Amino acid sequence: MSQFLEISGLCAQIDADGQEKQILRGVDLSIPPGEVHVIMGPNGSGKSTLSYVLAGREDYEVTAGTATFHGQNLLAMEPEERAAAGLFLAFQSPIELPGVNNANFLRTAVNAVRRARGLEELDAVAFLKMAREAAKALSMAPDMLKRNVNVGFSGGEKKRNEVLQMTLLQPTFAILDETDSGLDVDALRIVAEGVNRLRAPTFSALVITHHQKLLDYLVPDRIHVMARGRIILSGGPELARQIDQEGYTKFLAEVA
Amino acid sequence: MPAVTQTREAVEKLGQSTYKWGFETDIEMDMAPKGLNEDIIRLISSRKEEPEWMLEWRLAAYKTWQAMTEPKWAKVGYPPIDYQDAHYYAAPLKKPGPKSLDEVDPELLRTYEKLGIPLHEQAMLAGVEVPEGERMPVAVDAVFDSVSVATTFRKTLEEAGVIFCPISEAVKEHPDLVRKYLGTVVPAGDNFFSALNSAVFTDGSFVYVPKGVRCPMELSTYFRINAKNTGQFERTLIVVEEGASVSYLEGCTAPMRDENQLHAAVVELVAMDDASIKYSTVQNWYPGDEDGRGGIYNFVTKRGICRGARSKISWTQVETGSAITWKYPSCILQGEGSVGEFYSVAVTNNRQQADTGTKMIHLGRNTRSTIIAKTISAGRSDSTYRGLVRVQPKASGARNFTQCDSLLIGDQCGAHTVPYIESRNMNARIEHEATTSKISEDQLFYCRQRGLSEEDAVGLIVNGFCRDVLKELPMEFAVEAQKLLQISLEGSVG
Amino acid sequence: MNALSKDMSGPLALFANRLNTPTGAERQSAAGALARTGLPDRKVEAWRYTALRALGKQDYAAPPEQVDASTVRALLDGVLQAHPAMAALPRVVFVNGRHAPAFSALPDDVDLSFFAHEPQFGLQAAPDRDPLVALNTVLAEDGLVLRVPAGVDAGHVMLISLGVAGAEPLSFHPRHTVVVEKDAHLRLICVQAGQGTYFHNPVMDIRVEDGATLEHVTLQTEGAQAISLGTLYAHVGHQSVYDSFVLGLGGLLVRHEVHAHLAATRGEVHVNGAQRLAGQQVGDITSVITHAASDCTSRQTVRNVLDGHARGVFQGKVLVERIAQKTDGYQMNQALLLSPDAEIDAKPELEIYADDVRCSHGATVGALDDEQLFYLRSRGIPEHEARQILIDAFLDEAVALVVDATAQTFCRSVLAARFAGKGEPS
Repeated sequence: MSQFLEISGLCAQIDADGQEKQILRGVDLSIPPGEVHVIMGPNGSGKSTLSYVLAGREDYEVTAGTATFHGQNLLAMEPEERAAAGLFLAFQSPIELPGVNNANFLRTAVNAVRRARGLEELDAVAFLKMAREAAKALSMAPDMLKRNVNVGFSGGEKKRNEVLQMTLLQPTFAILDETDSGLDVDALRIVAEGVNRLRAPTFSALVITHHQKLLDYLVPDRIHVMARGRIILSGGPELARQIDQEGYTKFLAEVA
Repeated sequence: MPAVTQTREAVEKLGQSTYKWGFETDIEMDMAPKGLNEDIIRLISSRKEEPEWMLEWRLAAYKTWQAMTEPKWAKVGYPPIDYQDAHYYAAPLKKPGPKSLDEVDPELLRTYEKLGIPLHEQAMLAGVEVPEGERMPVAVDAVFDSVSVATTFRKTLEEAGVIFCPISEAVKEHPDLVRKYLGTVVPAGDNFFSALNSAVFTDGSFVYVPKGVRCPMELSTYFRINAKNTGQFERTLIVVEEGASVSYLEGCTAPMRDENQLHAAVVELVAMDDASIKYSTVQNWYPGDEDGRGGIYNFVTKRGICRGARSKISWTQVETGSAITWKYPSCILQGEGSVGEFYSVAVTNNRQQADTGTKMIHLGRNTRSTIIAKTISAGRSDSTYRGLVRVQPKASGARNFTQCDSLLIGDQCGAHTVPYIESRNMNARIEHEATTSKISEDQLFYCRQRGLSEEDAVGLIVNGFCRDVLKELPMEFAVEAQKLLQISLEGSVG
Repeated sequence: MNALSKDMSGPLALFANRLNTPTGAERQSAAGALARTGLPDRKVEAWRYTALRALGKQDYAAPPEQVDASTVRALLDGVLQAHPAMAALPRVVFVNGRHAPAFSALPDDVDLSFFAHEPQFGLQAAPDRDPLVALNTVLAEDGLVLRVPAGVDAGHVMLISLGVAGAEPLSFHPRHTVVVEKDAHLRLICVQAGQGTYFHNPVMDIRVEDGATLEHVTLQTEGAQAISLGTLYAHVGHQSVYDSFVLGLGGLLVRHEVHAHLAATRGEVHVNGAQRLAGQQVGDITSVITHAASDCTSRQTVRNVLDGHARGVFQGKVLVERIAQKTDGYQMNQALLLSPDAEIDAKPELEIYADDVRCSHGATVGALDDEQLFYLRSRGIPEHEARQILIDAFLDEAVALVVDATAQTFCRSVLAARFAGKGEPS
């Protein structure tokens, strides 16, 4: 395969109070296998929308462009098919599922994905063992598996729970939407280590962030700056440091 | 929005065609002619070999019933019921000989199997000793149509001093107890259906737990309607003496059928000082087809009285079946510090109609009640929570908390919440909350992003929505109930 | 069409001699409906908590032509002097259900006429479903017919209804119509007050047309022996707002019944209220809010403070029709019982046929919070005063929902004047 994630001319809009609002205005982006790419950009530039569109959220209407994943037309797939194909989205604001036990949720998800990938399902004992180890590696309190999904979790706990899910679902492509926000330094390191453990020639990630801090741990391959629904600038890791020091204004002015 | 459409289609199928328990059992029946009059009541009473006082009681109830009219206040609609066009007595013909389990018709045992009565319980019914395990044994008093055909664990219970038998037997063997309590919680004239039941009830269970005894096992009764055009009128009476406790499980499924069938049960619970009664129900009777043809009319009067101080009555119900459900398991909290609880899940689909809830009547000081009701409506169904919390002047320190949540699946159904809150005591505290919404798109998307199919996601979210109720069920039932909700959603996403 | 007088039982008989000869199609049809149903008893679900026994056994006479002007003036001053701003507002004064021009100061920016001159029954009233509306329809003599022309901000109008009766019971049944045309704005302050034994049975038909706003505050200070059973219909158009608040303080038996109909998209209604009752008072706040179009919002907060033998009733139904997707409905009813003999009966009700909705309701009943009371007392505030502070605060959270500053201040002034420094109302 040439490029494993290939986005070209992607446009998307949302219906907001009866008004169609264009958010993505022609995103071009390709991510080769094994690389970690970063998207930075001011609020409202369309970063989260891009992650939702890639994961298949139905509120967004794709009006133009393509996105292929492992050569498949990503945009034609149901959200769960994308998940089974190896795409994982760590939500910026993880959703609470009242009454749904976290371990049960994780096992249902893992087995659904395993089934789709032609793997044998895990029994409760095997799964729990695996989940406990993964949770421990993320320094999560043991009772987090027993609690309801994200209900009553602190901001940091929610983010760790996302990384736990990612670890267990073993995606080949992960989108981390501001997974570092609301984390203290220690939690940030633990989360970054969680991502780093997945790094392999067959694993890529798209990291949405505002901060250099996470990138100190993750060491990205490429940085993209997004503004007004497009990627306006791409470069090496030094670009992130530059933005961290100088802000976006200069770059936006240059492009405009 | 394809997801929404699919979800709706998914859940519209809830129950339909997946009704796994639609079959009839071919057993010879002893059946009274259609119709209701004093002679039929005399016939029932004589077939049951009842004492004279019982017959008198029935006849009095019949007179009361004749002067009453069907209640119309519930939010349910159905064609008029012809009470003369039903059989009021039907009993499987018993083989001669002792009523041992070996004598049970094998056809009946196969029925239990199809019904999904757990294997160990079937084994009990078949008379096989269960090895002592960690799980508490379950006693099954199986009601087949109107007559109890098997009772297990009698001996263990007898040793503990617990009486658990068909009420028809109790009328003969324990007349003093039955006479003392029958109709004291739900008087014959309480309502139209209780009057009807009082006149014609054919069987049901009687439980008596003497002072200080913790009933050594969960008591379980499986009800089932089988014969064509037979109304089912169970009568259950549970009396728990001071410091004693019991957990009673009731579950029912019914065969697929075209004609509507009337079911009007009465359940009475009496709890003395420090006694506790836990009454759990999983109701999955035939709900009728997609167009609302057939299905059971379920008009039930369930009421418990906490007579003693610190006594407790807890109702838990999972209602997925019946064409029409009219049911308000209630607690009269008389004893000081007594506690009433009502936990309910009601699922309706297609043309089902449910009007269910509870009444918590606070009479005594420091009485407490909790109501958690979860309503799920799909298809073209209508579901109503109707509840009353009443605090009388002497109930100082009374507390009530009520939470009612409704989930709508599809835009052709209805979900309604009708609480009545009446307080006549300034030192009582009542809190009521209710919400209505659909399954959140955020939650659905989150689950699907993790690889769950839409159908599994809906199942998971619905089960989560009902968690607070399901966790109140005894273990044996929790699994079954969860399965029931899941089965209801099975095959729903195309 | 004299069927009425022959077969009349229950409270309806008290009006027998005045129901004999209705003229006109509306009145005759209403009389027919009345003859079929009579006045409701508690077996009628909508009246399960409020009995009309209080109407008593004496016949209700039509109001006399002449009313003592000084009594009217005293009552009117009582209303206007509650707050300095009130006397300056345009007002339409009704005495015993009839317009009293001598006491009115008519507004300029609105079209004004009177039912007595051109009877208007409106389209919303349902005499066949509501017997009290039927009674009004048969017996209505006068009423305000007010129209705010399109695009006009008409400022404030006060509608003051005074009842003046002696020991002999009299009844009046005014029929009011208020139309706020497209994009217009009106702040309507209704005040009910009076003395003696009378039965006030008003019906008000309101239309808030597209883009218009009606802020409507009703101050209920009927006389101590008065029975007041009012029904109000509000038709709310596209992107229009009907924002209402009722403050119930007076009367022996008072019912304020609102039917708000969200007829077009993006409409908004607020049906808020508060009542503070004591003695033998019964106060009933009943509402039916119908969402008949998508994207509408309804809000309802009602607070009750009940002392003595008073009984508060709250019935609030929110009906969401199948078409009314994206409905946002919220309702909260709270009651504070101050005495061992006080009672609250509440029935908040959701009836929902659309799935994409967010509706919720809540209700709480209790006494004053002991911890709050203790906290205040530990800061040196005497118990009596501490209780008053907490009661005032409880009610004020509802009064604070009144958007119009003048009306809000007016409500606060009336409350302060009635209850300041008192554990019990005067």
